[in-house]
Amino acid sequence: MIKHLRDAGDLDAGNATLILDTARELARLTGGREVKKLPTLRGRTVVNLFYEDSTRTRISFEAAAKRLSADVINFSAKGSSVSKGESLKDTALTLQAMGADAVVIRHGASGAPHRLANWVDGSVVNAGDGTHEHPTQALLDAFTMRERLGRLAGLNVTIVGDVLHSRVARSNVVLLATLGAKVTLVGPPTLIPVDIASAEVSYDLDAVLPTSDVVMMLRVQHERMNASYFPSAREYSRRYGMDGARMARLPEHAIVMHPGPMNRGMEISPEVADSPRSTIVEQVANGVSVRMAVLYLLLGGK
Amino acid sequence: MAYLITNVSVLGAEPRDLYIDGGVIAEHKGEEPDHIIDGTGLVALPGLVDLHTHLREPGREDAETVETGSRAAALGGYTAVCAMANTSPVADTAGVVEQVWRLGREAGLVDVQPIGAVTVGLAGERLAELGAMADSAATVRIFSDDGHCVADPRLMRRALEYVKAFDGVIAQHAEEPRLTEGAQMHEGEVATRLGLTGWPAVAEEAIIARDVLLAEHVGSRLHVCHLSTAGSVEVVRQAKARGVRVTAEVTPHHLVLTHERAESYDPVFKVNPPLRTPDDVKALRAALAEGIIDIVATDHAPHAVEDKECEWAYARPGMVGLETALSVVLSTGSLEKDGEIDWDLVAERMSRTPARIAGLTDHGHDPLPGAPATFTLVDPAATRTVDPVETASRSKNNPYAGMSLPGRIVATFLRGEPTVLDGKATK
Repeated sequence: MIKHLRDAGDLDAGNATLILDTARELARLTGGREVKKLPTLRGRTVVNLFYEDSTRTRISFEAAAKRLSADVINFSAKGSSVSKGESLKDTALTLQAMGADAVVIRHGASGAPHRLANWVDGSVVNAGDGTHEHPTQALLDAFTMRERLGRLAGLNVTIVGDVLHSRVARSNVVLLATLGAKVTLVGPPTLIPVDIASAEVSYDLDAVLPTSDVVMMLRVQHERMNASYFPSAREYSRRYGMDGARMARLPEHAIVMHPGPMNRGMEISPEVADSPRSTIVEQVANGVSVRMAVLYLLLGGK
Repeated sequence: MAYLITNVSVLGAEPRDLYIDGGVIAEHKGEEPDHIIDGTGLVALPGLVDLHTHLREPGREDAETVETGSRAAALGGYTAVCAMANTSPVADTAGVVEQVWRLGREAGLVDVQPIGAVTVGLAGERLAELGAMADSAATVRIFSDDGHCVADPRLMRRALEYVKAFDGVIAQHAEEPRLTEGAQMHEGEVATRLGLTGWPAVAEEAIIARDVLLAEHVGSRLHVCHLSTAGSVEVVRQAKARGVRVTAEVTPHHLVLTHERAESYDPVFKVNPPLRTPDDVKALRAALAEGIIDIVATDHAPHAVEDKECEWAYARPGMVGLETALSVVLSTGSLEKDGEIDWDLVAERMSRTPARIAGLTDHGHDPLPGAPATFTLVDPAATRTVDPVETASRSKNNPYAGMSLPGRIVATFLRGEPTVLDGKATK
């Protein structure tokens, strides 16, 4: 197994599949039990190093580590030495001295996990870095697709929205290519990055819906709305939002995903979000299982 | 002190002896020298002239000083460097440029020619006292807001016009700021993959296109700093064909390094303008050989450890380059004819033309009898593996670590005084 999960490129098909299989096994072992805890990482220390507020991702990692009986230290940038100007390197050396076996890092700067991995002996897990990647999100998305549709190879996955700034999209493009799915990116041309490899690009959502097995809607950040990427939220919603009429154009079996948190009524209508095709709540549950599998495998749990 | 250099090839010609006495080169007529340097296998070049150096003093003496930067320059074969204005305080007054000039004289390792800021505080709002800097003891002729673009077209026009009064030149850092907000590296496939905000080639090309038109309109001299894209080469080519008085420089790093280097997220490779694509590198090499790009300039940009040992986005852009410039240029093979180094072309691109652009009349003279004894001796057969720690600079942000490069500076002379002997600085 690999030592770090810095981005989806760290995973080959074998390791990615092993994580998904392990996640399923761990879900089976802990699901439906009153005591949702396994002893596998007892005595190991996992640090959640969060430079950005992200309650959802942090508690998901925290739950995953705790269910494996690891000791969890939450290190939030606010109110810590970081807010006093401590460098990432010095923070890393501090965590190193405390004996962290794994550091889960969320950071506003792309590549921060790569830098961190130079300075700590333990495993580094990327929980979202800038506009780069969010590999455990892609793993939980792949897990969700496989659970719902039974396979990943050959699936047509359409990712819709602000791909330019989306770490979720970047990780999904890489991981899904590794696992044999075909990805199509859809959005206004201003929000599709230049020269993107291993994915198709379309500007016409309606045209790709009938052949999509999976549609993944990305959150549109409010700060994009006044930066000339598109004229208005309403126009964006009309051209690239997922509503009931568009959902009706999907094949019978197709699912609709969203990494959350949603802008209801913007990129996704309540009718879609609350429909049986929506996997949004499952994604959250699967997130814990997948993160358990990542920590378990990276830390060589037995 | 009199020096006799025996059996040395001047610019690749048949070996001969050079006698140095009283600051000038003379025929050796049997006088007894104080020192003899065996020049066998060495090539004598006019001392290199760098039109683009960051010496960091005043303000960031932890990263570099005029003295340490001068020493690095001499070790790289330079006899003159033009010190950029983005110090703290900014070199936007006669007082600051005279301070830098004086520090250069005191160090005595190279001629330090200060560059003056175009605008007060590099803020791009109003002209600095360009005339006062021109009339100062530093006799400033090059003005640049390097690090920042003079983006306001009206201000750029006025600057170009104003410096005509004292034959000045505006050296533009060509970067349309609205197209590079938050930019971290070259906009392209690698930036997309790494999730780093792109710095599009057009942000440079659009400013160069505008500026050559402005220079043409007002009949002024324009110099383009660190040109980095194939598209920029074409803009300059067309302007030169129309007779616009434009010159352009390329850095050594843009001749060899490409944007794939960012994949490590190691900020030692973060620089502005950013490392570009292999196609850009190819075009820059060809343009340097052809003369569309007039000169090599280092953009030597020393940075303290903490400004590079951090996240990519938070790191300062820039890399050191004075001590490796000639070797890097030689490694590209750009300045060769029939597979042999064309030393005359090396002198043209790295000494004579930068001296002419900067108005440094003491520099850029071929080391032959009658010329000032301001030259450097190169061992072209030597190779060396770059170790960032082995440097006279205060900073170690060297992107060539571990690379094996051809050529070694054996000695450098400034007006008859050796600044480097046996590959070591004399002071």
